[in-house]
Amino acid sequence: MQALQEFQESTRAWLEENCPPSMRTPMVQDEIAWGGRNATFKNPESKVWLERMAAKGWTCPTWPTEYGGGGLNKEQSIVLSQELARINARPALTSFGISMLGPVLLEYATHEQKMEHIPKIVRGEIRWCQGYSEPGSGSDLASLSTKAELHGDYYTVNGAKVWTSYADKADWIFCLVRTDFEVPKHAGISFLLFDMASTGVSTRPIQLISGSSPFCETFFDNVQVPAGNLVGGLNEGWNIAKRLLQHERTMISSFGLSSGQSDRGGTTSVMAAVEVAAMHYRGDKERLSDPVLRDSIARFKIDSEAFAYTSRRSIEESKQGQGPNATSSMLKNYGCELNKRRYELLLQALGHQALGWEGEGFTPEELQVTREWLRSKANSIEGGTSEVQLNVIAKRVLGLPDLVAMAKK
Amino acid sequence: MALVLNEDQQLLKDSAQAFCQENAPISMLRRLRDSKDAEGFDRDLWQQMVALGWSGMAIPETYGGFAFGYGGLGVVLEETGHTLVSSPLIPTVLLGATLINELGNEAQKEALLPRIVAGELLLALALDEHQVHAPTRIATTARATGAGFVLDGSKLFVLDGHVADQLIVVARSAGAADSRDGISVFLVPADTVGVTITRTWMVDSRNSATVVLQNVEVPASALLGEVGSGYAGLEKSLDIARIGLAAEMLGSMEETFARILDYLKQREQFGVLIGSFQGLQHRAATMYSEIELCKSVVRAALAALDDPAATASEIARFASLAKAKLSEVAALVSNEGIQMHGGIGMTDEFDIGFFLKRARVAQQFLGDELYHRDRYAALSGF
Ligand SMILES: Cc1cc2nc3c(=O)[nH]c(=O)nc-3n(C[C@H](O)[C@H](O)[C@H](O)COP(=O)(O)OP(=O)(O)OC[C@H]3O[C@@H](n4cnc5c(N)ncnc54)[C@H](O)[C@@H]3O)c2cc1C
Repeated sequence: MQALQEFQESTRAWLEENCPPSMRTPMVQDEIAWGGRNATFKNPESKVWLERMAAKGWTCPTWPTEYGGGGLNKEQSIVLSQELARINARPALTSFGISMLGPVLLEYATHEQKMEHIPKIVRGEIRWCQGYSEPGSGSDLASLSTKAELHGDYYTVNGAKVWTSYADKADWIFCLVRTDFEVPKHAGISFLLFDMASTGVSTRPIQLISGSSPFCETFFDNVQVPAGNLVGGLNEGWNIAKRLLQHERTMISSFGLSSGQSDRGGTTSVMAAVEVAAMHYRGDKERLSDPVLRDSIARFKIDSEAFAYTSRRSIEESKQGQGPNATSSMLKNYGCELNKRRYELLLQALGHQALGWEGEGFTPEELQVTREWLRSKANSIEGGTSEVQLNVIAKRVLGLPDLVAMAKK
Repeated sequence: MALVLNEDQQLLKDSAQAFCQENAPISMLRRLRDSKDAEGFDRDLWQQMVALGWSGMAIPETYGGFAFGYGGLGVVLEETGHTLVSSPLIPTVLLGATLINELGNEAQKEALLPRIVAGELLLALALDEHQVHAPTRIATTARATGAGFVLDGSKLFVLDGHVADQLIVVARSAGAADSRDGISVFLVPADTVGVTITRTWMVDSRNSATVVLQNVEVPASALLGEVGSGYAGLEKSLDIARIGLAAEMLGSMEETFARILDYLKQREQFGVLIGSFQGLQHRAATMYSEIELCKSVVRAALAALDDPAATASEIARFASLAKAKLSEVAALVSNEGIQMHGGIGMTDEFDIGFFLKRARVAQQFLGDELYHRDRYAALSGF
């Protein structure tokens, strides 16, 4: 208790000293620090903030110091996040390396692999992308057919991935490949890491309905990958793949967290809270005049608050270092559906003003709502669809029987 | 604020669970119902609950209680929800003792709270006058006389009204029909001249009564709190009770869901277990998620009650959050409880119907989801 108190005091003092002023303002989209070889910093203070946090390992607070992490225990990391929240600090670094790959490398990789990759994730030197989905393999991920064949010291990789977020900006890819076509689908998958600058890798951006193009088709044409880049055993990639998905789902579930709060990171925008927007656009002062919308918003906020407590409870319940489990599917599903509800309610609050595409007649914020609303539709698709999460809950959490398995009996 | 039970609370929960399953299974409620039991609860069982300390769980030690907090009372209520225990725990302890603790003066607390802890006193709150919960719509009058007050009016759905030794009557001593101002709260012995109590039979087979007050004379010492300004203490007590009720509802929905899951893993149709049908799996997964949210809300709200720093308005928000969310999910789960059992779910012989019946009464009691969403919105500034 005493030690934790001291940790809190020293953390607060350090943050006071080291968090630059502009890093205590709400994050703006084009200032998110993703890191990587080609990282650019529109705001120079983002770079300072990243370097200072990385030096302490606090971009990955609970990872072992041996690999550059912060080495904090669960209580300390909670204190750190509280102290960061207290000053509205922006995340110093956002990356798939932190939220997805790092945790499974810590669990499954060899010491050499960890030494090679983890410090670079902590410092934001290498930006990773996720090569899971393929044109023929989405929800049925294990049916994937990108092929890796061992020739001497190298795997030769051929095939295509799709929906690869930021593949055109990433330095390396963590990729699911088929290394055995003869065995049942789950038993022939391996987990391979390689450099996106390798000969034979190409990407083609895809445009989303929101107009932006954050993801790509990714092609592999005889890509040569050193055999030592295989993580875990040969044909044992499926367990790693699933474990990584749990981390991904926990990360995505946080989309539902900010949604109910009326003071998101101190932003003064009326869009920050649905009820504030609804009242603003109707000219209401004390009470939202549309009783039906008011009830829908109350319902949404109640669910958001309940969800926030549930996320917190799941952290309190998890044992030190144990990480997420199958309940991550519940959090992912609920958080994503909440975020979608939030945008549908914003649309009702703003009416036609939320349906502009570009140009005159709309404020930049209104246009942003349109785009974000469209983007939010992906929440219940990316990281496994909502239907797939419900399947996982039914089978893994509730222990309900599998129809396919039963019908075969 | 901790959202997980501490060790003491977990032990208490385990022992409450064992006690309810052994001593107060649903068959007890069925027996009380079928025999049209005059009192509607089992006095022996209540004395056993008293012996376990449940009547004094949240009462301060100075008044003979065990200072186990509302977190402690909450886990007990949750377990009684599993087996639908009909007892004075809600009317006498959760509502009655809380009101005396919040509103009463030192002498009243010293006189009454130890007797509640000892299981010697049963109380009933005579509040609502309409078909739905409306705690400010009080038409019952309290007229000051030289010696005390005269009460006139009628009260509906008074939980344990017909077995209580004393009624806690909410009356209007001043103010407009729907105003928070001018509300006074009185302790009225049930046998006072002018009090007429008629039992009503509710669908959940729990106790309820109509209370008519005609020219009921009470002394000045019957007043709980100050004349005309009883609403704040009443509201806080109601909020505490709403959160406790939410804990009971949580137990009932967890039990309903557990029974649904059992059935899905046991009943076969089309040559397979019905739990393998995705149409049912997704509904089960949705219920699971909603119940998880309910559990977090109840834990957070109970923790707030035990947090000395929590303000009345924070507690009010928690109460409406909890009662709105739990009421909504109680409806969902109790309905699915019937539907997923098919025909057998509709039979009286099968217990699942008791959960549906209790769910609806609990949803209405102290405000349904509509009432509490409206209040939550108002408390959140919109
Ligand atoms: C914005 C965005 C970013 C993404 N980023 C990445 C990335 O970086 N890397 C990556 O590998 N992938 C990424 N994805 C891909 C994502 O993981 C897949 O889109 C997702 O897994 C669904 O696969 P699918 O698109 O093939 O849909 P399908 O699997 O074809 O699904 C179509 C519909 O059928 C339903 N369905 C399918 N199977 C079942 C079932 N068993 N039971 C019930 N319903 C079912 C689905 O729920 C869905 O509604 C991204 C997707 C999006 C939208």
